[in-house]
Amino acid sequence: MKFRSVILALAAVGAMTAALPASAVTVRYANQGDLKALDPYTLNETTTIAHLGHVYEGLTKRGKDLAIQPALAESWETPEPTRWRFHLRKGVKFSDGTPFTADDVVFSAERVRAPGSNFATRLPPDAKVIKVDDHTVDIVTDKPNPILHYQFDGWYIMSKAWAEKNGAVAPTPAAATTPSFASLNAMGTGPFTIESHQPGVRTVFKKNPNYWGKMEGNVDEIIFTPIANDSTRVSALLSGEVDIIEPVPLQDINRVNGSPNAQVLTGPETRTIFLGMDQARDELVNSNVKGKNPFKDVRVREAFYKAIDVDAIKSRVMRNLSTPSALMIAPEYFRLAKEFTRPKADPERAKKLLAEAGYPDGFEVGMNCPSDRYVNDGDICRAVIGMLARVGVKVNPIIEPKAQYFAKVLKTGGFNTSFYLLGWTPSTGDSHNVLYEIMGCRGRNGASRGDTNLGGYCNPKLDELTDQILVETDQAKRDQLIKQAYEIGNADYAYIPLHQQSLAWGVSKKLKVAQRGDNQVRFEWVVKGE
Amino acid sequence: MIAFLVRRVLQAVGVFLAVGVIAFTMFRFVGDPVNQIVSIDTPYEERVKIRASLGLDDPIPVQILRYLGRAATGDFGISYQFRQPVSALFAERLPATLELAFCATIFALGLGVVLGVVSALKRGTALAAALETVSLVGISLPTFLIGILLIYVFSEGLRWLPSFGRGDVVNVGGWTTGFLTTSGLLALVLPSITLGLFQMTLVMRLVRAEMLEVLRTDYIRFARARGLKTRSIHFGHALKNTLIPVITIAGLQLGSVIAFAIITETVFQWPGMGFLFLQAVQNVDIPIMAAYLLLVAFIFVTINLVVDLLYTVVDPRITISGRPA
Repeated sequence: MKFRSVILALAAVGAMTAALPASAVTVRYANQGDLKALDPYTLNETTTIAHLGHVYEGLTKRGKDLAIQPALAESWETPEPTRWRFHLRKGVKFSDGTPFTADDVVFSAERVRAPGSNFATRLPPDAKVIKVDDHTVDIVTDKPNPILHYQFDGWYIMSKAWAEKNGAVAPTPAAATTPSFASLNAMGTGPFTIESHQPGVRTVFKKNPNYWGKMEGNVDEIIFTPIANDSTRVSALLSGEVDIIEPVPLQDINRVNGSPNAQVLTGPETRTIFLGMDQARDELVNSNVKGKNPFKDVRVREAFYKAIDVDAIKSRVMRNLSTPSALMIAPEYFRLAKEFTRPKADPERAKKLLAEAGYPDGFEVGMNCPSDRYVNDGDICRAVIGMLARVGVKVNPIIEPKAQYFAKVLKTGGFNTSFYLLGWTPSTGDSHNVLYEIMGCRGRNGASRGDTNLGGYCNPKLDELTDQILVETDQAKRDQLIKQAYEIGNADYAYIPLHQQSLAWGVSKKLKVAQRGDNQVRFEWVVKGE
Repeated sequence: MIAFLVRRVLQAVGVFLAVGVIAFTMFRFVGDPVNQIVSIDTPYEERVKIRASLGLDDPIPVQILRYLGRAATGDFGISYQFRQPVSALFAERLPATLELAFCATIFALGLGVVLGVVSALKRGTALAAALETVSLVGISLPTFLIGILLIYVFSEGLRWLPSFGRGDVVNVGGWTTGFLTTSGLLALVLPSITLGLFQMTLVMRLVRAEMLEVLRTDYIRFARARGLKTRSIHFGHALKNTLIPVITIAGLQLGSVIAFAIITETVFQWPGMGFLFLQAVQNVDIPIMAAYLLLVAFIFVTINLVVDLLYTVVDPRITISGRPA
């Protein structure tokens, strides 16, 4: 009897889980990475932000072309250079039915800057968020800030009432030592809600019936599974078990395109891959040159630049899926990018420069490189090492998994590198971030300047321009200042920009998707046919 | 008997301490967890705060003692990646691993014994030679390759079986099982074969060797001389005696199957403990790594103890006493 009741109970459970409307459109999605935190202020990372963008919304959003569009704020203006006024959309409800008001914006502004938030930079520390009425919010800054709203698409607005009810007023810190409600539950105004979330296994999103907007796509349900193994992920796509995967490894692109039911969608990504050189130390940590630092000599940096053939890297290592870059920023994020061209590789000139700098026979230097962070990162480094060998520089590879690599090269590891490969995409979508974080003098006029300038390049003139760029509100003038700053960096051979890597999404032929350059897979635009 | 048990438990505590200390010393070389927890554009000050809040600035011996102290009370900490208690994560993943290990062992024993007997009885025939070759392949091919090949053939090519995950699972009193749904059962097939193939060939070769040995012994000749049926000689008398070493090996291998399902689980995105461990290594999730190593130590210590005790049951000539032999 007991056994029978168990069977009956199981059958009931089965019947309930199977009770989806027959017409529901389900899209199954597999990503290499996991959805690690549901709290929208815990982890500032593309995959997580993209997932949560289905549930939460910001005051602004970015369209398919990355252009800024109104979202929870219908419109905004700057009555004074230091005062921004946001008019909030009326009639918006959170998915639990509570109305969205200015109180939620003020609450989210406090929460996003509270200790433990990984998104504190989304709102400048000096910005005061003031409720004018239920649907108007003012943001007042000390200094004019023309790019204040550039990152608002990734600053998700949470419900004050929901957070207070569930003890989630404080953000879940990345290094949480106690489990938190907000890291396992999500509730926002977006087009989807999270129905179930099993970390590392499976997350199910359902269409939000109370959504204020009109969704372009026809997806009712998203089933997300992380599949870490490259070949399993590709097989799952080809066998039709999932509808979309990200990323497709470069070597499998032809296989996917050759299959009858799926194809690879490629496009330029906004992340720039570049090489950096230690110009700060008086003696390199990994080199046979003692008593001086060859990278302090601009001729040596130029020689390295000229020795490396990015077109060969593109055709041999990247299987043509990269866009060589003359700048440290992707063209999508800088209007005047096309005015720059990358100098051609010139090994002869590189040899001559090295001889002039006093290294006719080259020298030895160690190169730090991650092996599992960027597309074919380890192979790029091996190619670079071969190219430098042709001009007489012996590069000793230190190619490691990202966990070990980042532990050495970042500021927390004491910038323990002489020559390295890194990738960067400005979270603001604006050059100021690059000029400040990557090209700014370390620690000058503000503690965090140059924190990711691992080689310690420093030119005060560039810093001055960076500071002007921050407060310049005239768009055309600002672009000219940015251009000047990049010209200084290029003349100094501060870095060796290589390329923007390519996105590679594997998509079932039943699906119509919009591929965005920041690699966010967003389902509100997905249309699934038969 | 009791003295024996007490001694074994004390030894086990020693093993746990050694594993804990060695593991913690190794963790110094796996990288900086903070970089895996936050994004690259996280300000330096915030990173320093996180380091401090995780207690990573303390000297290693202090960290070890603190960890072991908490572990003794059953608190294995909070996973860096998932912000969940490690014990809860393990409890959630344990059924997946145990069900996989169970099916793999059934597959290995069932098929291994049958094929072993067949290749012993048909010695010298083409069939036996073919089985020998297959078993060599099974023993020498790496697990991940077998998994990928199976996926390629049965998921991508024939589309018979799923390539990843557990399918639909049913929650029975906190234990999620894949045995009760069709998709759950189908999802078990490829991973079980992948995980069990090595053990299967091992069992097959063992059974064959033992069987050949036993078939030469006197009592089998006498049995034949008595005119017993061939079938009853082979399966009633010979096979029974070959099984003693097989059971020993299978028991010991069960530990490895549970503990080292890591590769299989990774290839098939199987949501078990091994996969959790591998991800923890990639993300420098020290609480999960430490707890997993302790758990593996626990499994091996327990299985060894059970096997020791079983010897007395299987072979009455062996006795266990408190005194060293």
